[in-house]
Amino acid sequence: MADITLPVTAHGGHDAHAGDDHADAGHGAHYTSTGLSNNKLAMWLFLGSECLLFGGLISTYMLYRGRTSRGPHPDAVYSIPFTSVSSFVLLMSSLTMVLAVSAAKDGDIRRTRVWLSTTALLGSTFVGGQIFEFTTFYRKGLGFTTSLFGSSFYTLTGFHGVHVTVGVVLLLSLVAMTLRGGVTGDRAEVVELIGLYWHFVDIIWIVIFTLVYLIPA
Amino acid sequence: MSTAIEPHEVEHAAAHTEGHHSDLYYVKIALALAGITGLEVALTYAHVGPLFLPALLVLMAIKFVMVVLFFMHLRFDHKLFSFLFWSGLVLAVGVYAAALATMHFFLS
Repeated sequence: MADITLPVTAHGGHDAHAGDDHADAGHGAHYTSTGLSNNKLAMWLFLGSECLLFGGLISTYMLYRGRTSRGPHPDAVYSIPFTSVSSFVLLMSSLTMVLAVSAAKDGDIRRTRVWLSTTALLGSTFVGGQIFEFTTFYRKGLGFTTSLFGSSFYTLTGFHGVHVTVGVVLLLSLVAMTLRGGVTGDRAEVVELIGLYWHFVDIIWIVIFTLVYLIPA
Repeated sequence: MSTAIEPHEVEHAAAHTEGHHSDLYYVKIALALAGITGLEVALTYAHVGPLFLPALLVLMAIKFVMVVLFFMHLRFDHKLFSFLFWSGLVLAVGVYAAALATMHFFLS
């Protein structure tokens, strides 16, 4: 069984004083000027900037959700029970993702693979639910160009859906990497980085679920 | 290759242990999150009057912060990561709240 080892410390970084000795030891550590993992730093910076992207989309939706001169009103198309189940599925995928990261830290590649696969499955279920929801809305007369509400709704939830889909692809790639002999050294940090991305997708949905679905227009 | 353990390495190792929890710990957090989601949905069917909107926003914020702190490990991670994320979020909320206020969103 191949080992899987996260090279990062709890601070998410490598020892600033670690040099080639550590790298040679197979810990994947290398010198950085901050003493932190550059990859992790970049990921957090990326997630911070993503807040601005989704903030813009959510604000646009909030502004336009009442603009339904043509087509159905939000209350006429939303199904709270269905979306609640979808939200629950995505929330549980965050649990399986954190369990995958935990297993990776323990060096248990089999458990890591199982949890990563489960997360990908739950993510796919969420995306499937979103496709079903879009199809249902379209049949109810809400197209992308029907009204400002329709345009802003499909743009916001569509962007989120694309993010989830990208996450599923990344997870499946990670599963494939574990099947090809494990994720060791520098590459092991990828489990944690993809985990951060996945949790971000989840927290964005937490906001969307409340502001878009639960609060009436 | 030096085998001496530096003080900062001990500090990192201690923090690492602090940030690494059992599976049960994460399951408990997930159950709490699921419970809050259930409460949110129940609120939409219960008529709680003017408390409805603030209650939903507070519950949403609690879920958001719980995932960030515990699942994303920001509580145990380096402060620079926290700064990068929270500053992005605060900037986004500030900019778009100002933009929405300009368009009289909150008055309507």
